[in-house]
Amino acid sequence: MEFFIQILVNGLSIGFLYALSALGFVMIFKSSSVLNFAHGELLAIGAFIFLVLAASAGLPIVLCFVLTLMGCFALGFIIERLFLRPLIGEALIEVIMLTVGLAAMFKGLMLFAFGGNFFKYPEFLPKALTIQWGMINVPSVYVSSIIIGLFFLGLFGFFFKYSSQGIYMRSVADHQTAALSLGVHVRRVFALSWAIAAVVAAMSGIVLGIMHGVNVHELSSIGLKVFPVVILGGLDSIGGAIVGGIIIGLLETFTGGYISGSLAEVIPYIVLVFILLIKPYGLFGSVEIERV
Amino acid sequence: MGRMRFRPCGNFKERYEQEIAIFETDFGRLWVWIGLALLLGVVPFISGPYTLYIINNIGIAAIAAIGLNLLIGYTGQISLGHGAFFGVGAYAAAILATKVGFPFGASVLAAGFITALVGMVFGIPSVRLKHLYLCIATLAGQFIIEYVLMNWEGLTGGPEGIIVPGATLFGLDVSGDRPFFWVIFVCFAIMCWMAVNLVRSRYGRAFIAIRDNDLAAAGMGIPIFRYKLLSFGISSFYAGFAGGLWAYYNMSFTPEPFTIVLSIQYIAMIIIGGLGSISGSVFGAIFIMLLNELLSVATEFVMNVEAFAGAALTMAPLREFFFGLAIVLFLIFEPRGLAEVWRVIRSSFRLWPFSY
Repeated sequence: MEFFIQILVNGLSIGFLYALSALGFVMIFKSSSVLNFAHGELLAIGAFIFLVLAASAGLPIVLCFVLTLMGCFALGFIIERLFLRPLIGEALIEVIMLTVGLAAMFKGLMLFAFGGNFFKYPEFLPKALTIQWGMINVPSVYVSSIIIGLFFLGLFGFFFKYSSQGIYMRSVADHQTAALSLGVHVRRVFALSWAIAAVVAAMSGIVLGIMHGVNVHELSSIGLKVFPVVILGGLDSIGGAIVGGIIIGLLETFTGGYISGSLAEVIPYIVLVFILLIKPYGLFGSVEIERV
Repeated sequence: MGRMRFRPCGNFKERYEQEIAIFETDFGRLWVWIGLALLLGVVPFISGPYTLYIINNIGIAAIAAIGLNLLIGYTGQISLGHGAFFGVGAYAAAILATKVGFPFGASVLAAGFITALVGMVFGIPSVRLKHLYLCIATLAGQFIIEYVLMNWEGLTGGPEGIIVPGATLFGLDVSGDRPFFWVIFVCFAIMCWMAVNLVRSRYGRAFIAIRDNDLAAAGMGIPIFRYKLLSFGISSFYAGFAGGLWAYYNMSFTPEPFTIVLSIQYIAMIIIGGLGSISGSVFGAIFIMLLNELLSVATEFVMNVEAFAGAALTMAPLREFFFGLAIVLFLIFEPRGLAEVWRVIRSSFRLWPFSY
């Protein structure tokens, strides 16, 4: 029973992280319908900027957070301006391939700079966050990941609901041409969505880094694991990303705990194939109706 | 061969046969024969073993890239699992050779057909899925195949790998670099010929119709699903065939090379070469393989300089960086790839000095 609950807790917190990573992904897809294969690399970039600031430069943690998020915001803007904008209106495969190319570029650069080793952040989480409940131990990392996740979900909820930029983004997601004709600056919305996605990615990269250590390969593989999550939840649904993330996280840890560790790596993809066959638009995704 | 004609200075085609002809002039055909004769008769004798090794690998990659281009460039179905299919072909050939005792030719062909079957299984989601959904489904296929290759130890030998006996054809040992060169490039020529003829046939036109607008294609009476599956099958056949050749050429291998990186490499080849162009796939294969080679030469060069010996070890990942950079630059500046560059060069020669 303890084992079961421990796995449940692990699964929930990992699932929460997947949800957080998927959030940035869904954001880009929703506003510009670009499938971002470089998402894992964005996670890793965020995690490594934080690592450099916190471990090598030794700045105070809060300052590191702020600087990392600002840096990633700028990075998202630059990526959109330099690489995505020339391809607006091109065929889907070209845009997808562009993000695949970007992923290879970023990964290569990061491996060049940091190598394939594991790095650790300095300890900064307060021990008080650890929950000890009978035999069950919830480390402070998990608790903080859930807190950070909830905080960001709330923040984005408010952003999309009440801020003008958030409303612009929703309108572009809803109907690009209509938004354009109503005076929404669509290109700025694209840029902004990349910037915000990079910030969210950096956030989840940092939390993942606290949990498992910082490693280029590890983090960039999370970027591909986002796909089962968003497909399960529905590609354009933020709520779906959260539910999907938690389900996939639970599935993975339970398979890892009870069946085998190597199967846990592929089980999300096996599920993915079945979801695609049965319900391709996911749990909460909107069904595309094609008209000729 | 008919009369040797020069290229007319305009489009004077009168019949449909002239439109779909592969060679517009007999000179074109003549050049291809001369090129083939030079390739098969001269190249293996003038190049050293290492050059030959690179050329052989280019040939194998070109076969697989042609297959992927049939799927992505002609049928418009994105696949991110081509590297895994290549691996399936390699393992199928190796297992048939070691466990069943198939001879070389039979096992490579059978590997092609087995991979075609596997490819069609992963093509089934294309019934309902399009564009990015299909792209994600094939990504899942890539990971599932990788897992099976790594973990089905009874059959594949798992991470320890598998050893393939040397290739023999008609009682001759062809496992060396030079004999295998002929094997690869005869296959390459046949595969090219098949692909070029496929795309101008009824099937190829159906593929192109599906790519351009699948609903319109369905409206014109093309059974879309059957053709999509066929396209997956043919493309995987090419990958499996190339994988089988690769397995015999390398003699022993592990599941390690057949990752998503390989799939991306193949996609890079056809994007850099030119989507929807058979010659483009070959150009792309040459480009990527030479880029690979250039990067490892550069790494070696830096390693020999005393001061940078330490830095050279960390340079290996830069290869991935340059792949990515090549993809991105081609997509932004020349989306139609090297085939288009080649066409522009050719026509500027043809129109000289009156080019406009």
